[in-house]
Amino acid sequence: MSSVSATIQQVFNEPGCAKNQNKSEAEKKKGCTKQLQPGGAAGGCAFDGAKIALQPLTDVAHLVHGPIACEGNSWDNRGARSSGSQIWRTGFTTDINETDVVFGGEKRLFKSIKEIIEKYDPPAVFVYQTCVPAMIGDDIDAVCKAAKEKFGTPVIPINSPGFVGPKNLGNKLAGEAILEHVIGTEEPDYTTPYDINIIGEYNLSGELWQVKPLLDELGIRILACISGDGRYKDVASSHRAKAAMMVCSKAMINVARKMEERYDIPFFEGSFYGIQDSSDSLREIARMLIERGADPELMDRTEALIEREEAKAWAAIAKFKDRFKDKKVLLITGGVKSWSVVAALQEAGLELVGTSVKKSTKEDKERIKELMGQDAHMIDDMTPREMYKMLKDAKADIMLSGGRSQFIALKAAMPWLDINQERHHAYMGYIGMVKLVEEIDKALYNPIWEQVRKPAPWDNPANNWQNRAIAQMEAEAAALAADPVAAEKARRAKKICNCKSVDLGTIEDAIKAHSLTTVEGVKTHTNASGGCGACSGRIEDIFEALGVAEPAPADPVLAEAARRAKKVCNCKSVTVGTIEDAVAAGASNLAEVTARTEAGSGCGKCGERIEDMLDELVAPLGTPAALVAAE
Amino acid sequence: MAKFVQAKKSCAVNPLKMSQPIGGALAFMGLRGAMPLLHGSQGCTSFGLVLFVRHFKEAIPLQTTAMSEVATVLGGYENVEQAILNIYNRTKPEIIGICSTGVTETKGDDVDGYIKLIREKYPQLADFPLVYVSTPDFKDAFQDGWEKTVAKIVEVLVKKPAPDAPKNPKRVNVLPGCHLQPGDLDELRCILEDFGLEPSFLPDLAGSLDGHIPDDFTPTTIGGIGVDEVATMGEAAWTIAIGSQMKTAAEAMQKKTGTPYRLFERLCGLGPNDEFFMFLSEISGREVPRRYRRQRGQLVDAMLDAHFHLGGRKLAIGAEPDLLFDVASALHEMGTHITAAVTTTQSPVFEKLPCDEVLLGDLEDLETLAKERGCDLLLTHSHGRQAADRLNIPFYRIGIPMFDRIGSGHKMTVGYRGTRDLMFTLANMCIADHEQNHDATPDTWKNPWDGDGHGHGATIAATPAGAPDLGPAPSTAHH
Repeated sequence: MSSVSATIQQVFNEPGCAKNQNKSEAEKKKGCTKQLQPGGAAGGCAFDGAKIALQPLTDVAHLVHGPIACEGNSWDNRGARSSGSQIWRTGFTTDINETDVVFGGEKRLFKSIKEIIEKYDPPAVFVYQTCVPAMIGDDIDAVCKAAKEKFGTPVIPINSPGFVGPKNLGNKLAGEAILEHVIGTEEPDYTTPYDINIIGEYNLSGELWQVKPLLDELGIRILACISGDGRYKDVASSHRAKAAMMVCSKAMINVARKMEERYDIPFFEGSFYGIQDSSDSLREIARMLIERGADPELMDRTEALIEREEAKAWAAIAKFKDRFKDKKVLLITGGVKSWSVVAALQEAGLELVGTSVKKSTKEDKERIKELMGQDAHMIDDMTPREMYKMLKDAKADIMLSGGRSQFIALKAAMPWLDINQERHHAYMGYIGMVKLVEEIDKALYNPIWEQVRKPAPWDNPANNWQNRAIAQMEAEAAALAADPVAAEKARRAKKICNCKSVDLGTIEDAIKAHSLTTVEGVKTHTNASGGCGACSGRIEDIFEALGVAEPAPADPVLAEAARRAKKVCNCKSVTVGTIEDAVAAGASNLAEVTARTEAGSGCGKCGERIEDMLDELVAPLGTPAALVAAE
Repeated sequence: MAKFVQAKKSCAVNPLKMSQPIGGALAFMGLRGAMPLLHGSQGCTSFGLVLFVRHFKEAIPLQTTAMSEVATVLGGYENVEQAILNIYNRTKPEIIGICSTGVTETKGDDVDGYIKLIREKYPQLADFPLVYVSTPDFKDAFQDGWEKTVAKIVEVLVKKPAPDAPKNPKRVNVLPGCHLQPGDLDELRCILEDFGLEPSFLPDLAGSLDGHIPDDFTPTTIGGIGVDEVATMGEAAWTIAIGSQMKTAAEAMQKKTGTPYRLFERLCGLGPNDEFFMFLSEISGREVPRRYRRQRGQLVDAMLDAHFHLGGRKLAIGAEPDLLFDVASALHEMGTHITAAVTTTQSPVFEKLPCDEVLLGDLEDLETLAKERGCDLLLTHSHGRQAADRLNIPFYRIGIPMFDRIGSGHKMTVGYRGTRDLMFTLANMCIADHEQNHDATPDTWKNPWDGDGHGHGATIAATPAGAPDLGPAPSTAHH
């Protein structure tokens, strides 16, 4: 097994990854090696993901080992900002040629590293492996090792050739690389009880600087930001931080969790998007630092700062509430930050008509539901036509999304705001929220919309693409309404599993024919959820719709074992059984459960679940817990 | 909509305005074989000449009656007589256009009377095209000089058609305002010809000052519309006037020849061009050619791409009325706020300008307002460069003079294509400005609530989006 696949295995044993937890053992083994659907894939590759995750390290020379496509077509395209070195934006690539492909590119790589060190003298060189040299067997680990020995500069191999999987996997592979080769290799000049790491923050548009002054004011030092505006030495000595905040909910969870494991740095998952989230995150940072030995007066200062900043932000936002009255937002992030943006927009008085959950994990979706109410209209893989219809039906006044879907909004002549990484504005912290609101206002009331919505005077307005699309959809809907057989056919034709192309009808038939009750069973019979596994939630919904309940296994002992084996805390791998035992042994509140089992001491997301369990378990007789306790 | 306000000061500092005689002289330069003649002291002409040379980077035909102190006191008949004779004999012009200046108007020279006497005295000049316009420096501005001169050319040089003479449906008179550059006229000619129309531009700077290499040397204008063609403009079925300043000339044309006119106050922007192209389609009986349909689509797309960068910008603009109205309105439609507008002379178009007030003032006023109101985009002629330096905001040159850049004559803002290119250029300047001056640094948000935490110096305390001209939330934000 090559080191890349070994690393991938490690990544997919990630207990902190909620998506991963939804997969079976076999699925996890497969990791993200699942083939993207040819002809239907649009995301970036693992190399892209790795580069995105690490490139914001500003003083590192990022050398891409591969043909010109990998770096030549993509360099200097990130919106991160540096407060110092600009070498991170310099495009370095080995630009391998035909001869290299035949005879191997290792020599060229070694020489490239040599030239970079001679000309630019960076504190480190990161070498990114790409598909072609991986195919021809270039051993970048060996080259990096040799180069490091020869030149005395750390040369870090990032093994993430594009074909191993999607961007998200690349993020994690990048994390593994710095865990293995960078973190803990140097010592900080000094430490304080107020040192934190921020993990998964890229300083896009300089947004970290919207928050850093607040931390500065509180005397909290960002020992290392991984990776926005980060420096090699900071990351190398980041193992001395007292606590960590993980910003992007998925991208670098492995780094946060393994740093906790190896260096005893507790972390929490937080966000600086939105007023409430910013306050919560500041509080949590203060709380964790105090727990790790900082002076408790830090909390008083933090609260005072929060009160002041919130008041100012609210005052600034209040001015927009009238202008946003009855304005609706369609949010399509294609990313995991949906939930944090939802909260932020609601704070500004905007009504959300939907949000995309394309890449969000189940847990993200739950949060969105929580914030928006159960009837939230989540848009999973909307087609451009549908997206247009939604905008057109005046259900939305503005669309907020990543760069890719902008063209639908813009061609539909609908206000649009970029909220993904390609954006030009920074939206973090209290001031960032106000900035976001300002930008929404600007987009909503730009007079350009009246202009561009006017059809060309020589056009028959009935015949433009917008109206054709609407007419077509209405005709289809009418045809279906008139023909129940066709309607049923259309309903059944809805794709549930995109990876394996399995539709609703096939799954329903399989459930009925084989009396299936589990996602696993559906997979055996239809292959649905055999790819990325993201559709398992949708399959569960089908069970619910069909009224199929998971039956108790015939063997009550097995059933009980299965029930007890269910994970409650993903970060610390704590099961229902362990927690029940702890309660039986006397733990009566969350803190005590955490103290005994470690459950809830990771990201803390399972706190509510544990509270729910406590409510049940601490109740009198008749509950399973009482039975367990009695045994 | 905009209130017209006069600056309350005596001393103009860093003038925006130029004088009306040279506006008149420029109009004459759009005639073939023309020699404009300023009736005034040498300096009046020399300054105008240098100004045009620096703008167009071309040889400029411009003569002077070279009024001396004595001549000024005693009256300028001899000077006018000598000047006309000299020009007539030496440069063999097809037309001499005479504009009065401050000195001769102050004295009260009766140039119309002089010309009558000269024609009587010199038979060779009896029917020679001589057009005189009264353009005192101390009144009005450059644009007014142009306006009066074109109207006068129409009155004097266009022949009154016979009462029953049929109109030529293909012929169209185009009366462009002085806010259009030769490049604009080239574009318009191309558009009209694509509709199968035969345009006569009066004046036609594209023929004379488009910076082409002439076939032979001539001290007069090297191109432009011929006096013979001007004479037959009454045959045209339509007159298209561009810019509100051209209404006077268009009305003169209608009065004299019966040719109806259509005034297009703007040709920059989507809506104005939709109207323009549909009008051409109507009068030509042809469909809008494919290339322009496509250009319209390109403009819409350009507007969408550019609005991210132009939306919310605060514009400080200093220009003559028609230019200001045209460009500022087009930018307003992109979401730019017209925050400071300074102009040179009164005009009815300001009633339609979407901003609070237009100040009759100078570049000092513009700079002060731009600073006070936090403008972050400056549009004016080249003399705005010092203000732009001090304000450190992106600066785009419009109008005359544009002496510190080349190719000024080929800048183009009309049509779908001209609008598209203007929006791209301005948006790119804003992007560059952001990169160079407003990129985030660790200190950008150090004191975010003090006002400068928003990238462009917008203050939180201001009304939402700093958009006073937006008024209350429109009730129909879409459809």
